[in-house]
Amino acid sequence: MSDSIRLLSSRKGHPGMRARRAPDSGVLAFGVHQIDQTLNGGMQRDGLHEFYAMDHRDRGAVLALPILLAMQVCHPAKPLIWLRGGDGGPSLQPYGPGLAMLGINPDAVMLIQLRRNQDVLWAGVESLRHGGFGAVLLEMGGRAPQFDLTASRRLALAARGSATPALVLRSGGGAQPVPSAAHTRWKVQAANSVPLAANAPGHPAFDLHLLRQRGGQDGLHLQLEWDCEQAGFRAPLSGGTSAVPSGSAADQIGRRAA
Amino acid sequence: MIEKRRGALRIVALPPAACALGLIPGMALADARARIPGLPAFDHDPSGDAALLMWLVGACERYTPTVAASGTQSLVMDLTGCLEVAGMDEGQLHRDLQARLARQGLQSALAWASTPDAALALARFGCARAEDLPVAALELDGGVHLALQRAGLRRIGDLKTRPRAALAARFGTQLPVQLACLLGEEDRHITPHRTPPAIYAECRFAEPMATLAPLLDVIRALAGDTERQLAQRAWGGRRFEVTLFRTDGHVTHLSVASGQVLRDPARIATLFNERLETLADPLDPGFGYDMMRLAVPVTQELAEEQADLASDSRTQGNITALLDRLTTRFGAESLCRFHPRDEHFPEYAASFSPMPPQAHEWPARAEGDPPLRPLFLYDPPQRTSVLAEVPDGPPLRFSWRGQQHLVLRHEGPERIAYPWWKHPDGHGPTRDYYRVEDDQGRRFWLFRHGLYGQESTHPQWYVHGLFA
Repeated sequence: MSDSIRLLSSRKGHPGMRARRAPDSGVLAFGVHQIDQTLNGGMQRDGLHEFYAMDHRDRGAVLALPILLAMQVCHPAKPLIWLRGGDGGPSLQPYGPGLAMLGINPDAVMLIQLRRNQDVLWAGVESLRHGGFGAVLLEMGGRAPQFDLTASRRLALAARGSATPALVLRSGGGAQPVPSAAHTRWKVQAANSVPLAANAPGHPAFDLHLLRQRGGQDGLHLQLEWDCEQAGFRAPLSGGTSAVPSGSAADQIGRRAA
Repeated sequence: MIEKRRGALRIVALPPAACALGLIPGMALADARARIPGLPAFDHDPSGDAALLMWLVGACERYTPTVAASGTQSLVMDLTGCLEVAGMDEGQLHRDLQARLARQGLQSALAWASTPDAALALARFGCARAEDLPVAALELDGGVHLALQRAGLRRIGDLKTRPRAALAARFGTQLPVQLACLLGEEDRHITPHRTPPAIYAECRFAEPMATLAPLLDVIRALAGDTERQLAQRAWGGRRFEVTLFRTDGHVTHLSVASGQVLRDPARIATLFNERLETLADPLDPGFGYDMMRLAVPVTQELAEEQADLASDSRTQGNITALLDRLTTRFGAESLCRFHPRDEHFPEYAASFSPMPPQAHEWPARAEGDPPLRPLFLYDPPQRTSVLAEVPDGPPLRFSWRGQQHLVLRHEGPERIAYPWWKHPDGHGPTRDYYRVEDDQGRRFWLFRHGLYGQESTHPQWYVHGLFA
């Protein structure tokens, strides 16, 4: 009872937030028919999902996408826990006003800054088992050899036990897909936005490759735009290459690793 | 022990055997060597002595929480009411303390009295009764002592029966005060080394605990004890501290803090489990711990709550318990929540703090606009070299971290001036912010530091953030 009131009040405070699609549907849906159809409705709520950026400069994109997806099920009473491991690079800090302008309620995000990837994995499993969070985000930079098949199975089991999505972010040089227990694996890049008036950069746009889907079709490649007004994804009006079943060398690597 | 004083090496401290040979503190080492050739001498180390004394103070907390160092070579303990807890009578405690000190190779003089001053004087002069103490125990200045000697007053007993007003008139007002302290008529309070906690529980082991396996069970048992004490007062703890006393006098403190007011022994034990697992320097039980204390230094009111039978604590349980475990393991600074601040410079407009958020006002976005603030900020901003058509125009291309970026779209400048209203005499460069998108679709937040031609002839460029 009190939870639902809190949920309502949190929605009231953020009119820009999306009216969430049935929160108990068991999936994290993109809201774009093409992807949701490939994923049988959306990404499994109780699953492990990996997001890769091959280049450190794509970190903005690779971090934004899962947070935007997770916000369907997160609110201040059931926040997103974001576990950040150190990667030795220049210090890149999430910025509250930026999150708010993207339509993410910063009060629904809890940040844990950790130094080592082992700590991220340990805290990730504990947070997933706890089940009090809307979603658990594990951010690991660089090669992260600690994230192996065993670690990913542990995460996947914990995610299934508490029906909390586990979202693993890998970015930077050496972030190569390895065999894992992930339900879906994505390669994320920034995409050129649809320009606004006076050739200004437009809304956030992402270039997505579905490298792997367990028990399902993969190879989906499309571009998505985030609509800050509606707080939802949409396929861009122009400039996007939609649904090319691709077979490039990079995709082959990712698929073999699965 | 020698030290250089007034231009000569002089004796500062002596063992009893040397006193028997007629040496006195303050004597020059050369004089002493003339009397006793080959006298061994060592450098005096006052800081080492002080450290040893503090170590002893810590070790003596096993008897009472009210322990304090007094001067440079003595310590006082308030044992009122502590004997029953320790399960010893005065004689046993005396022998126990003496045996422990002897094991460390320390010589000691112990004395009991009703006031700290009297006990210190009795120990120092080795007397059994306050009346037998020499007048030097009053610790007044040399002139008063000399006057007392001349008046034939050598012992405290001689002074005891005399009228105090007359003594004060002749020897100064300080004398009756000191006399009252020595005779136990007036009590000077001990200021303990550490503030004694309001709530604590301790246990002594019949056999020293030489392994760490039962440690958590003992902590849980002690926490059960503190839980009863806390529940009686409708309190809970925000901070818990375990003190482990090793048989050889070594003392270890472990403490955990919690974000929520706690009483539940199981959760306290869980927090200590995290603390034990992440100790940089693992506990060394040595010959074993023979005593443990769990103290609650920080308490807060906590109303009694009825246990809820209906809710499943595992899935709905509040997240504070988990956050406590994480902060115990990784440090309190690892947990961050976003807080907006009313500041002009973008890097100050948001901060992190571990406090749970209230309802915040975040900057709003105008209808139809894309996000105008980046998702990530670099701290500090990253230097970059930019090629622009005109020095005060938008960037055309920039190179950053060894890569060239061709600017495809840009928006700006958004001019953010130095906050002159805060620093009346400060003049900082103005920043011109541009939102740019490169040919790969990556969106950056760049700024030019300083206005061209007015503030700087070669303004620097920085990458300040990444957009989604």
